[in-house]
Amino acid sequence: MKWLSFTVLSVLLCWATAGTAQIEVNQEPLVFENAEQEARFNQLTLELRCLVCQNQNLADSDAPLAHDLREEIHGMMMAGKDDDEIKTFLVERYGDFVLYKPPVKGNTLVLWVAPIALLLIGAIVVGVVVRRQAQLPSPGVEGSDQ
Amino acid sequence: MMTRFLPLAGFVLLAILLGVGLKIADKKTEIPSPLIGRPVPDFNLPELDNAERVLGPMDFRGKPYLINFWASWCVTCIYEHPYITDLARSGRLRVVGLNFRDEPEDARDWLAQHGNPYDVVITDYDGRVSINFGVYAAPESFLIAPDGEVVYKQIGALTPDVIEEVILPMVLEMEQNKS
Repeated sequence: MKWLSFTVLSVLLCWATAGTAQIEVNQEPLVFENAEQEARFNQLTLELRCLVCQNQNLADSDAPLAHDLREEIHGMMMAGKDDDEIKTFLVERYGDFVLYKPPVKGNTLVLWVAPIALLLIGAIVVGVVVRRQAQLPSPGVEGSDQ
Repeated sequence: MMTRFLPLAGFVLLAILLGVGLKIADKKTEIPSPLIGRPVPDFNLPELDNAERVLGPMDFRGKPYLINFWASWCVTCIYEHPYITDLARSGRLRVVGLNFRDEPEDARDWLAQHGNPYDVVITDYDGRVSINFGVYAAPESFLIAPDGEVVYKQIGALTPDVIEEVILPMVLEMEQNKS
């Protein structure tokens, strides 16, 4: 129920920001040559971000731009373009942001390195604390001197 | 010593992060355009009032110009309309209205109602050109240099601040480079 209301809300929000008087988007379902191609399309649109509703992927978004981009991607697939060519097409226009998995580059390095660095720092802190605790005489034993 | 210092350092780090986050909060939905510094994407679009006449980047070469993506369904376009009008009237650069994903009648009605600030209005009915420009919001504006290079992109409404502090200084620089 919670999930449902969230979905309804996000669709409404996207709809509101995208406006209602735009030209009609093509509601015809996209046609694929085979199931394999359809699976490829579904996988690819899951990995791409809708730029209007930025926390939705292209597969889920109902924003007019997402419709257009799905059609564009469908058209490129029909023209025999591979996934990398399609991604390059989108990155050239919208930037790395359109990819949910950004490439490792100078300006995305922090994104990739930070989790590992944080994990390392955590491990070091835990190590230091544990070692220090081990060196201290155990408070429970001290003084009791059985 | 260390045990006192560590929590303090942690706190300061978090405070800095929070500060940065707050500072860029209103910019978070803006995506830097990969088009900056590159040639303007090619387009061949009909004029709104004369569909026979098709215009492209070559028609605008030689002088700086601003391409303003707008539409009758775009609410924020009404907000920026007076500033666009002032900018176009200043004569400092040409302002090209690029009406996208819009019905021509709606576009004409909108211009009749609010006034037409543009030097020329071209139409991208199915939004294909707006995809090539990486447009994902409305309005968006692109400042193009005389040689056809994209020098600046404004996502969302143009404000007097942006016009005075970003657009006009860039236009001035282009004029000085030319002479």
